[in-house]
Amino acid sequence: MAIDEATARRVAHLARIAVDEADLPALAAELSGILSFVEELEAVDVEGVEPMTAVSPMRLKRRPDAVTAGGDPAPVLANAPDAREGFFAVPKVVE
Amino acid sequence: MTHLDYAEPEAPVIAGVKGDWEMVIGLEVHAQITSQAKLFSGASTAFGAEPNANVSFVDAGMPGMLPVVNEYCIEQAVRTGLGLKAAINLNSAFDRKNYFYPDLPQGYQISQLYHPLVGAGEVIVDMGPGLARRVRIERIHVEQDAGKSIHDMDPALSFVDLNRTGVALMEIVSRPDIRGPEEAAAYVTKLRQILRYLGTCDGNMQEGSLRADVNVSVRPAGSDALGTRCEIKNMNSMRFIQAAINFEARRQIAILEDGGSIDQETRLFSPDRGETRPMRSKEEAHDYRYFPCPDLLPLTIEQAWVDGIAASLPELPDEKKARFVREYGVTEYDAGVLTAERAAADFFEDVARGRDGKAAANWVVNALFGRLNKQGLGIADSPVTAAQLGGVLDLIAAGDISGKIAKDLFEILWAEGGDPAAIVDTRGMRQVTDEAAIEAVIDQVIADNPAQVEKARVNPKLAGWFVGQVMKATGGKANPQAVNTLVARKLGL
Repeated sequence: MAIDEATARRVAHLARIAVDEADLPALAAELSGILSFVEELEAVDVEGVEPMTAVSPMRLKRRPDAVTAGGDPAPVLANAPDAREGFFAVPKVVE
Repeated sequence: MTHLDYAEPEAPVIAGVKGDWEMVIGLEVHAQITSQAKLFSGASTAFGAEPNANVSFVDAGMPGMLPVVNEYCIEQAVRTGLGLKAAINLNSAFDRKNYFYPDLPQGYQISQLYHPLVGAGEVIVDMGPGLARRVRIERIHVEQDAGKSIHDMDPALSFVDLNRTGVALMEIVSRPDIRGPEEAAAYVTKLRQILRYLGTCDGNMQEGSLRADVNVSVRPAGSDALGTRCEIKNMNSMRFIQAAINFEARRQIAILEDGGSIDQETRLFSPDRGETRPMRSKEEAHDYRYFPCPDLLPLTIEQAWVDGIAASLPELPDEKKARFVREYGVTEYDAGVLTAERAAADFFEDVARGRDGKAAANWVVNALFGRLNKQGLGIADSPVTAAQLGGVLDLIAAGDISGKIAKDLFEILWAEGGDPAAIVDTRGMRQVTDEAAIEAVIDQVIADNPAQVEKARVNPKLAGWFVGQVMKATGGKANPQAVNTLVARKLGL
């Protein structure tokens, strides 16, 4: 499956990664290369094979319903570029 | 009989210019799972905390933090599924739904698209005595809630509170079996009632614990075809749900009758204008790029664990209602009122046990609920206990007080409390059934009012006046039947 420039532009937008128009052809070619590399796997017949989700058989780890975290906004907000009155402050998201 | 028999109601129609139209509605209800901690972190779910106080590094999407599922949230979702008579999938899995928004710091919501925890079930939606709509449930999946953005605190900035981020939600998806705004509201009401019985969601719509996305389409009345639908997002009031459906159905009918076609789109309801409008494209993410969440193994649960949860289910509203009709002989309407809330149903049973069920229902529904509603109180705040109300019923049944005196006694219990039998004794409220005593009073009234006696002999309806005088003279304590009979005899009627 080949990725064209329009698809590369769309993927970049969805991932919120700024890509210059000039860089799109090269990016599209790289993504196409990765996909065609993975596409080799399609030659394998996996009819009736359960998807493998872990290398060794493991059960999903559970936690009990107990409050063990939170309670202090300061460390959560510490790395925020802007925080005010206990909130993260971000550029306005509705006009 | 564990369920009451019902017939499906006719689908309501909207008269268009060219013919009648019918609405086809399906709901996606987001119900917050009642739990102490969030779905994948140990932060608290408590409502109303200071901004960002209930946030762990997992919820904040900090690099390297990994989700660990809260087993109780899974148990609650399974309990909900069992309560909706649904299939429980022993193998389910979590997927990532990717989109960017400031209140979703991970950049994705962990949800269950491909393998939900709960499969097909049903809700019986009561539409009046003997009438109900069976609404099929397609699936229930478990997912994370997002945070909250506040847009009006600064002209250039949005303020983000992540307290809700990561709280466990159940998305309960119905089939398009609902046929009108009233049915949609009744469906949400019934679902909320079941969730509250199960203790899996508090159903608090003001706090956002229960929100609904509504899918609406229209078709010519009697048709089986499905029209193109629009989805109205995120409504948290029964009134808005109904108003939005009413508006949206008429909007679509106007377009179709004009020869146009409906664009499948997501819309928002504006309560101020009573209208739906398309979501701005900015608010709408078109491409969620779902894929299995690589941080979480598939969720495998054991049938024995599910069976244990099933064994612990409470009696649910439909069964309770049918049992009240069967065991206590109350009307289907009263049974519906009595079972609306589990606590109220328990109260009724405490009053009715070993007594006349119909009389108990009458006192609980009309006297108690009527009074509680008037003062905006819930059953838990009732100043009159079930034991006290039972005491009143016992006094009536024993003939110690009349129905009218019982109402006075209820007022005293409401305002002052106390033991009903003791109050009746100390305040001299006991009914006079002694015929000689009543006769003496009647004789006195007759002797004092010779002119009235003459009139009554001509017009027997005036006997009522004598009954009133006797009741007044005895402070309402005379047995009314005895007074009626004796007055008629004394007047020679």
